[in-house]
Amino acid sequence: MPDPLLSMRGISKAFPGVQALSEANLTLYRGEVHALMGENGAGKSTLIKTLTGVHQRDAGEVLFEGKPIKPAAPLEAEGLGISTVFQEVNLIPHLSVAENISLGRQRSRFGFMQWKEIRERAERALKRFDVEIDVTQEVCSYSVAIQQMVAIARAVDIDAKLLVLDEPTSSLDENEVEELFAVMRKLCAQGMGIVFITHFLDQVYSITDRITVLRNGQSIGEYETAKLPRIELISHMLGKPVDQLADTGSDGLSRSEAASQGEAWLEAKDLSKEGVMSSFDFEIRKGEAAGLAGLLGSGRTETAKLLFGILKSDTGETSMAGNSVGNPKSPRQAIARKIGFCSEDRKREGIIPNLSVRENIVLALQARKGFINTISRQEQNRIADKFIKRLRIKTPSRETPIRTLSGGNQQKALLARWLATDPDLIILDEPTRGIDIGARDEIEELIRELQKEGMAVLLISSELEEIERLCERVWVLRDRQFVGELSDEEISEKAIMSLIAHSDEMEGSDEAES
Amino acid sequence: MSLKISRKYVPLTATFVVFVVLFGIASLRYEGFASAAVVVELFSENAFLGICALGMTLVILSGGIDLSVGSVVGFTSTFVATMIMEYAWHPINAWAVALVLGTVFGAGMGCLIHFYKLPAFLVTLGGLFFARGMAYAVNRESLGINHDLYNGLASANIPLGGGLSLSLTASLFIAFFVLTFYIGRYTKFGRNVYAIGGDEDSALLMGLPVGRTKIGVYAFSGFCSAAAGIVMTLYTWSGNPLNGVALELDAIAVVVVGGTLLTGGVGFVAGTLLGVLIYGTIQQAIYFDGNLSSSLTSVAIGVLLLIFILLQKAIVSKGEEA
Ligand SMILES: Nc1ncnc2c1ncn2[C@@H]1O[C@H](COP(=O)(O)OP(=O)(O)OP(=O)(O)O)[C@@H](O)[C@H]1O
Ligand SMILES: [Mg+2]
Repeated sequence: MPDPLLSMRGISKAFPGVQALSEANLTLYRGEVHALMGENGAGKSTLIKTLTGVHQRDAGEVLFEGKPIKPAAPLEAEGLGISTVFQEVNLIPHLSVAENISLGRQRSRFGFMQWKEIRERAERALKRFDVEIDVTQEVCSYSVAIQQMVAIARAVDIDAKLLVLDEPTSSLDENEVEELFAVMRKLCAQGMGIVFITHFLDQVYSITDRITVLRNGQSIGEYETAKLPRIELISHMLGKPVDQLADTGSDGLSRSEAASQGEAWLEAKDLSKEGVMSSFDFEIRKGEAAGLAGLLGSGRTETAKLLFGILKSDTGETSMAGNSVGNPKSPRQAIARKIGFCSEDRKREGIIPNLSVRENIVLALQARKGFINTISRQEQNRIADKFIKRLRIKTPSRETPIRTLSGGNQQKALLARWLATDPDLIILDEPTRGIDIGARDEIEELIRELQKEGMAVLLISSELEEIERLCERVWVLRDRQFVGELSDEEISEKAIMSLIAHSDEMEGSDEAES
Repeated sequence: MSLKISRKYVPLTATFVVFVVLFGIASLRYEGFASAAVVVELFSENAFLGICALGMTLVILSGGIDLSVGSVVGFTSTFVATMIMEYAWHPINAWAVALVLGTVFGAGMGCLIHFYKLPAFLVTLGGLFFARGMAYAVNRESLGINHDLYNGLASANIPLGGGLSLSLTASLFIAFFVLTFYIGRYTKFGRNVYAIGGDEDSALLMGLPVGRTKIGVYAFSGFCSAAAGIVMTLYTWSGNPLNGVALELDAIAVVVVGGTLLTGGVGFVAGTLLGVLIYGTIQQAIYFDGNLSSSLTSVAIGVLLLIFILLQKAIVSKGEEA
């Protein structure tokens, strides 16, 4: 074996109330993609943060290219040749895409920063991933997926020896993941080492060479990907023997049987917003699970925002239980109508970082009740405890500030917030993004239970499997239009894919003929 | 729509429109207002406020605030006057030392803010009291400056043709504007200021030198305040520990009217220049009128400030909706 590029030995790190890492190890060679796997809260991000100087380790040693290092800040780590994409998208929202890619590395001529060069460099950097956007626009005007691509493009835009990607693919669609993998393969061929964190097992098996599994802050082992069956990987991650895992994984569960009946609970006709969504009709019944499928930028999130009143529709009308009620004007009104919306952008639209887990969970419920009619502390505790247990939110206590939770656990708390309001319709935008497989099944189970009690669910997901598993009806979107509807038995990954791709093929064949 | 301006430029455009409208109204009402001489006057009269406001712009862009500027102006003017008149220093030495003191003082506050994670509001409030106290410690009274250099500089104007000339204080203001504009737009330091004001945690994770930049911003503001204090001695030929009381509030107002978001990360140095000109126009108009009370300046600035805050609020919430 050659000398490792990176060797982390016996790394420990404690936070108040949690031992996030205890004697964790990670060894990485040049030219390999190395998966770091583990449940939510296992310590993956913390290990990365001790490597890159965001946190200082309590114990252990890190050798990079054979030399001991202890960066005091990400700036220093970058100087050593370690480039990182952190779990939450970290960009400056009101600066342009171009500037976000160049920040801190701009070149000057005669003391003047070259803005043209910055733009061109950004365009080039994004082109590697086949992303063509106006780089002069503010980064916050783009979707989370584009932001994620921008963050990755930024990380890859310097000559690094080690690239760390902490769940970079959580909101990317398949094509974009492929683009990313192509670039990763190329970088590896040039001798770069890559640490790759994800909860998507398919991705682990398609790109990584070796796997390190963490559990409760400890290294469970190091494996060669090709020699480790999936079920064993899951067993290592969850710490359960293989024969107890029958139910885990994607195929243990099937679509809800609690058939939705009766008339539409919510019906929207001819909603549209100029430049955002073309006109569409939508309806959902009590207890129904419907899905929105489509590529990124196809208008899935926009549809949800129109239904929830974050965006205001220019046209059309909405009725509830057959009565016309006017289009939703604001989220507040939507909440009053017992609609919940769990956003995909948890950092900007979701959690309130300094409030406790409990406060974050009861927030939406409290908002609906109004601030005079407060929920008793006892009741709050009961609700918080219920969801912490049910969704297995890993937190030292319910009073811990939510910002200190791991990414996946924050996501769970956000989901709990909306489930706690006991809505009649819940809109879930990429709800299982960044959530580990164990918890994912748990969440799907809970959704089904609530459905049986009459809650309607609108699921937006890039994972067609998930839609296929949960939904009784699926609308397929393309280019900000509804292009097809599938129900019950018609729903399959293949059918959805072909609807998404349909027009492209038509165009393609037209061209071929002419 | 070809006239559509990017959301980013809306506050700046609004500021510009306000300036043009105010100046237009004043020109229609008061004979002789619409003259180059009045425009030049706007720069001379408000040079010290302008220079402070430029430093303040970077501080606010970085997401902070600097309440100490007025006191540093007061301290600097007294210090310079006392050193020249009572200790017979050459003015150039006095200026150099004053600039160093101002910069070090700003950097010191920056260090407290960065290393001890203290709120900028409180640290610079402390700075406000400290610098004012030091001004009195140096000299309790107002002190006139009488020195050949000062006499010489009084006539050191840059001729603009047509019998007009730009005074030294006005030229200094313009020089500081160019410098700050350059820093804000063309240097890494300046762009890092925007990044930190936009999202400090992200800036840190992006590998930007957060600490260095923050300290630099307060040092620059201290430097600007000291320079403004020197400009004040050039303008009044004296130093007074009472100089620049509440100047920081004018400076903040001018920055916000100039379209810079008080929460940081969004704004333009050019906006601050316009803000200063608006402030000056109102003052000049009141002076031209002769019947209006000068307290109207405060009232007008107060109203403008509220309008701009509402405008920014509207833009921000519109942006969130889109
Ligand atoms: N800044 C912090 N303060 C206190 N506790 C923290 C902090 N950061 C992480 N933790 C705790 O450390 C543990 C490990 O968190 P970490 O973010 O490393 O998990 P992870 O493996 O990345 O999980 P995920 O898959 O959800 O991202 C968690 O229990 C978390 O609550
Ligand atoms: Mg993590």
